[in-house]
Amino acid sequence: MDGEELTEQETALYDRQIRVWGADAQRRLSKAHILVYGLKGTVAEFCKNIVLAGVGSLTLVDDREVSEEALSANFLIPPDENVYAGKTLAELSCDSLKDFNPMVRVSVEKGDLSSFNVEFFSKFDVVVVSCSSLATKKLVNEKCRKLPKRVAFYTVDCKDSCGEIFVDLQVHRYSKKKNDETVECELQYSSFEEAISVPWRTLPRKTSKVYFAMRVLERFEEAEGRKPGEVSIEDLSGVLKLKKELFVSMNESHIPDSLLERLVTNAREFPPVCAIIGGILGQEVIKAISGKGDPLKNFFFFDATDGKGIIEDI
Amino acid sequence: MASDKHFSAIKGAKVLMVGAGGIGCELLKTLALSDFQDIHIIDMDTIEVSNLNRQFLFRQSHVGQSKAKVARDAVLKFRPHISITPYHANVKDSDFDLDFFKQFNVVLNGLDNLDARRHVNRLCLAAEVPLVESGTTGFLGQVTVHVKGKTECYECQPKPAPKTYPVCTITSTPSKFVHCIVWAKDLLFAKLFGDKNQENDLNVRSGDASSSSNHVEDVFERRNDENIEHYGKRIYDHVFGYNIEIALSNEETWKNRNKPKPIYTRDILDNEPTQQNGNVEKNGGTSDPSSVSAMASLGMKNPQDIWSLKENSRIFIEALKLFFLQREEEIGNLTFDKDDQLAVEFVTAAANIRASSFGIALHSLFEAKGIAGNIVHAVATTNAVIAGLIVIEAIKVLKSDSKSYRMTYCLEHPSKKMLLMPVEPFEPNKSCYVCSETPLTLEINTNRAKLRDIIEKVVKSKLGMNAPSIMHGTEVLYETGDDLDKDLLAAYAAKADKVLSELNSPVIGGTMLTINDLYQELRCNINIKHREEFDEEKEPDGLVLSGWTQAPSLVENNGNKSVDNAGSTSEASTLEVEKDDEIEIVAGKKRKLSEDVIPSNAGESKGKNKLEVLDDEDDEDLIMLDGDSGANKKIRHQ
Ligand SMILES: [Zn+2]
Repeated sequence: MDGEELTEQETALYDRQIRVWGADAQRRLSKAHILVYGLKGTVAEFCKNIVLAGVGSLTLVDDREVSEEALSANFLIPPDENVYAGKTLAELSCDSLKDFNPMVRVSVEKGDLSSFNVEFFSKFDVVVVSCSSLATKKLVNEKCRKLPKRVAFYTVDCKDSCGEIFVDLQVHRYSKKKNDETVECELQYSSFEEAISVPWRTLPRKTSKVYFAMRVLERFEEAEGRKPGEVSIEDLSGVLKLKKELFVSMNESHIPDSLLERLVTNAREFPPVCAIIGGILGQEVIKAISGKGDPLKNFFFFDATDGKGIIEDI
Repeated sequence: MASDKHFSAIKGAKVLMVGAGGIGCELLKTLALSDFQDIHIIDMDTIEVSNLNRQFLFRQSHVGQSKAKVARDAVLKFRPHISITPYHANVKDSDFDLDFFKQFNVVLNGLDNLDARRHVNRLCLAAEVPLVESGTTGFLGQVTVHVKGKTECYECQPKPAPKTYPVCTITSTPSKFVHCIVWAKDLLFAKLFGDKNQENDLNVRSGDASSSSNHVEDVFERRNDENIEHYGKRIYDHVFGYNIEIALSNEETWKNRNKPKPIYTRDILDNEPTQQNGNVEKNGGTSDPSSVSAMASLGMKNPQDIWSLKENSRIFIEALKLFFLQREEEIGNLTFDKDDQLAVEFVTAAANIRASSFGIALHSLFEAKGIAGNIVHAVATTNAVIAGLIVIEAIKVLKSDSKSYRMTYCLEHPSKKMLLMPVEPFEPNKSCYVCSETPLTLEINTNRAKLRDIIEKVVKSKLGMNAPSIMHGTEVLYETGDDLDKDLLAAYAAKADKVLSELNSPVIGGTMLTINDLYQELRCNINIKHREEFDEEKEPDGLVLSGWTQAPSLVENNGNKSVDNAGSTSEASTLEVEKDDEIEIVAGKKRKLSEDVIPSNAGESKGKNKLEVLDDEDDEDLIMLDGDSGANKKIRHQ
């Protein structure tokens, strides 16, 4: 009748998930616009989840060409040179994603993420950044924060057995069920820059080791002028040296060298971890859009070697 | 992750996946990306529209096709050089026997029902193949590892039984909407449209002795030449008016309860005949019976709307009319099906009218359909996470890295900062009848119960066997199998109808029976204990089986006790997880350490006359959160 109602087709397709989050949340999802950058395995998983969930639109940015690494965990790209030659990761992923759910508009935006102006980001409700330098992550987060409307910002990366999600929802108001009643809640988030600038000595001793490892690698890539993820076993001594500097006068057991060694030796994504991190991120974005349920604040870490999926508030 | 051992373990592995549904699609994708080369996949289902929101390997154009086959083709698109062998078949088929299972290095379950899970567990134990088991519902999920001799088997711990309700709660004293749904579906719908020869509690209890049985039997029959409108109103007035009046006359019942209010059509519906609203004639005859809809003919569209009592009453009369006018040939053979629109409309309306009578909140058709069809909540994200966890455990199993096996729970609310919580697996339960040889004890009245009671109520229903044989010493009491000759089958059938103590080799207190299932390679012993009396409400089967791992079914879902599980900081903390309305909590047996999430079944036991909510299977499984707060449950975190 009015445009606010879900169509019969939507109700049939989304039946099982409406039973989880309600028709109201489904309506909000169908009006949400998502931007992603960095189409490796983890983001491919996330895109699949969010397209199936039925968001309004998904815009992909990634002008890189197909590499062996991209093929290894991104199931959206057929490993056929005749298909992928001359196309970007975003274009190839877009072709597959369109197929998943005809009700979602999937499109590609060309260009360098860091060069998009503030205005560009205002078209979106959610921005997800992967495979990016420290500087780009900070910059995009700042642009999102400058807008009058709230744009939810996420970073996500997986290396070897480890994965990390960062969440900035600025000020997030939501409702949740507590003892059968619906209660209204509000959370304040730090920016990415703030969250990574917290002095390490002030963090609890049990803070996830993955947090520190990711920061060390980020700083190493920045200092050496590397592209994101561009490290190898040859860099190990340099990385360990930087770790020592960053942990000055602190107990270095916060991150065992073996963890950094693993992440340096094999910076590639491990597909089961992509599935897990992409799944958790999908769930979080759905929570942020629907305004239903406690979102995570503000980091999530997973390491397949101990199997823990941990939330840290930093 | 990138060690040589890791890669060789994966490359050389032959893997069996059971289930190509919500978890299965994600799992097959993640296995293929993780470089698994030889994957076999069994699923008997075909693709439905409501799968498409999460089973991402399937498209609209695949609806009706085999899940296993379509999943294979879809994955080969991005991993063309691996081998995927699909089987569009039931895992319980005898083709999938011990030798079949023995060829695999690991079995991965993405199943939707307890029955199949138990079957696969038993075959994995017999074939000594490790099993990684999983289940999800909504945002919750879990993955467990079962390796014979090292960790507990799938059946070592109690599994929640399908929820059943006392008959009188359904027939006389409903207090929740689900009770009204069960009444509408299993009693009223079955009475009006189902098999007339079935026993039905509809009148026995509600009408009690005060109405003569002749009268009772006649009420539900449409009289010769009776106007359909008149018939509908007569049924309505009988079940929502007259029966409530009768029930009210039993004052004892209402001492501590709110009295229900009788509802008659004359008070709700205007006198004008409702035909004028309907357009039965217009779409009559030519349309496909499955598209017949009372909502459509009354111009109601949104399944999310909660109808008023008047709207429910109009739907009730209209749906009944449509059944008689457009689907008359099916009457007498219908069973409730969640995909039968008209049946869902009728049940929703009837349950809502009954709910109004008892002062219970009304629900939309969408919600009522979920309850009546036992539709399991499912989202893609949880399935993706669980599939990732399954592959991580499968790789550990292939590397025989038994020290790092974990059961992992995917939680909706963090516990000790964790959303994904690994727990060390438990050791095998020494008194598990499936993976150890501990006998069960059966209390039964051996002077009254028949052998058939043991076969049906114990061996098939509780122990989940398909092709059992029963031995008493060296004598075979019962056997099944396609190769048995007719005379023998007739002899067994005759024996089955004998009272236990009157068998040639009497089954009495102290007897030990040996039960075998050839397909499942399972053998167990049952000690018989004679007992004279059983409580009709609490032990409706007239028997009690102990030493068996299914928890006693809960009579009532006691309130909504949700527990905030954040904030505990001690190393070993009590873990309780918030319970969703739709998730039943079953108090299991006490465990030393404890589990919290038990997969259950969505599809077990389609009892004909039993009052059960669970009946229709769908995808992914429920997770059962253990609510046994009495036992101090400790989780070891590593
Ligand atoms: Zn066992």
